[in-house]
Amino acid sequence: MIYDMEFETLPREALEAIQLKRLQATLQRSYATVPFYRERFREFGVTPSDIRSLDDMEKLPFLVKQDLRDNYPFGLFAVPKENVVRIHASSGTTGKPTVVGYTARDIETWANLMARALSAGGARRGDIIHNAYGYGLFTGGLGVHYGAERLGATVIPVSGGNTKRQITIMKDFGPSILTATPSYTLHLAEVAREMGVDFKELNFRHGIFGAEPWSEAMRRQIEGDLGLSAVDIYGLSEVMGPGVAVECHEAKAGLHIFEDHFIPEIIDPETGKRLPPGEVGELVFTSITKEAFPVIRYRTRDITRLIEEPCVCGRTLIRMERISGRTDDMLIIRGVNVFPSQIESVLMTISEVEPHYQLEVDREDSLDILTVKVEISQKLFTDEVRGLQNLERMIAKNIKEYLGISAKVRLVEPKSIARSEGKAVRVIDRRRI
Amino acid sequence: MKVEQISIFMENKAGRLAEVTAILKESAVNIRALSLADTADFGVLRMIVDDTVLADRVLKDAGFTVGKTEVVAVEVTDSPGGLHDILEILREKNINVEYMYAFVQQSGDKAVMIFRFDDVDGAVTHLSARGIPVVGGKRLYTL
Repeated sequence: MIYDMEFETLPREALEAIQLKRLQATLQRSYATVPFYRERFREFGVTPSDIRSLDDMEKLPFLVKQDLRDNYPFGLFAVPKENVVRIHASSGTTGKPTVVGYTARDIETWANLMARALSAGGARRGDIIHNAYGYGLFTGGLGVHYGAERLGATVIPVSGGNTKRQITIMKDFGPSILTATPSYTLHLAEVAREMGVDFKELNFRHGIFGAEPWSEAMRRQIEGDLGLSAVDIYGLSEVMGPGVAVECHEAKAGLHIFEDHFIPEIIDPETGKRLPPGEVGELVFTSITKEAFPVIRYRTRDITRLIEEPCVCGRTLIRMERISGRTDDMLIIRGVNVFPSQIESVLMTISEVEPHYQLEVDREDSLDILTVKVEISQKLFTDEVRGLQNLERMIAKNIKEYLGISAKVRLVEPKSIARSEGKAVRVIDRRRI
Repeated sequence: MKVEQISIFMENKAGRLAEVTAILKESAVNIRALSLADTADFGVLRMIVDDTVLADRVLKDAGFTVGKTEVVAVEVTDSPGGLHDILEILREKNINVEYMYAFVQQSGDKAVMIFRFDDVDGAVTHLSARGIPVVGGKRLYTL
């Protein structure tokens, strides 16, 4: 069912007219209220009034993760602090998180877009939504939560973890919609099996899964194991959170982008040039309705292509393919963004010299397992096993504290981590998504 | 009256120990005592050798992480209660044994045990005061 019939099925010309008007308003406001944008625009010799068409967007500078870091925590907010009613944050590259803010109206917009997304995934008023996305600074849990309420569904705010209890709740409450990361979903299925609960006999009809990359093969596995229809949802906190784009359950062929709120572009990550329609490149977003934290040409680092062909579901919104990779070295572990450099900074706090390390990612029982191999050095070495085990434990504890993810730490011999051209290979990702 | 022990970090991999012994053989270093402590992922090889300085250098050159630790070699009467009498003294003085292993060679009719204490100097003082023979480095390397 299409939640917002008018806006999700706009003819292209009408949509573009709305986009342009909203884009111009966003540019004017950002220029007037955010010193960073004003200075950056001046550097590029562009003012908001130079943007008279959507094609003129190419004249605008990009916004990158580093800019967010340089303006930590509230430097890019475009409204006075008393108008910010919510803060979310995601992990950054230096241990400093990326902080985003929302006005009451932004929360309203987000709830509407999430209601659209849940609806596209097959949820409707009267459904019980089992929401196993994490609640907290992460946008997943609360994003879905407000959308579910907006849709008029019943939401179970179960969050992540405590898996056995989740299965009991599924049995007793009979939720019909599941929202979680795809890897946690498979884990739920396994725990259910261990408890002698057959997912197929539960009440689930649809699942809306995202926050990490997954594949067609994984979709087939989830649909087969759980006996429900699964769609992919996309979002990132810098742009809003979940609900930037979503697959419709009718086609399951690319994610519809809510273009009346976010303008997508595909660029060549090397040159920054816009690519012709249908080409694969880096996804760039400009928010055109956000008040507290507008982003102008934000480079997501996600690789995809746009699909312009009309869709069977009736939505006229452009679609993006599933994310096929990243232009940087970011890993997504159990839904949490992890950069090798963050692990590095944790290791630096333990020894003054930077130890050689390597991240190994595996998927065991459908859960991501991160192993951090650390080369032992003369400085770190002690001849007491207990001391070495304490070192492993301390590194793991610090990673958990700074990044919020559990990792296995393994001390290895010096020079045992393969180096290519003298540089250590930092990441070995063995997950077959 | 303390003895120098060298220790090496090793991953649990087949053939790793033989690499260490090969290096020592090549440099004509004699291993006088050895113990291996292991966990699931790694082990620590501890050795008393007849030339600590040389062993340390050749192993480091081969890329190993080498640590040097002060341990105590104690003569233990080879009869029931021999070891217990020593441990009793340490218990009274609240000195903790981190680890211990046996030396291959006897000292006369006595066995020799290598101890690692949390308080090495205290241990040497108290054992000597109670007449327990502690073997010095020079004599031990050449036993």
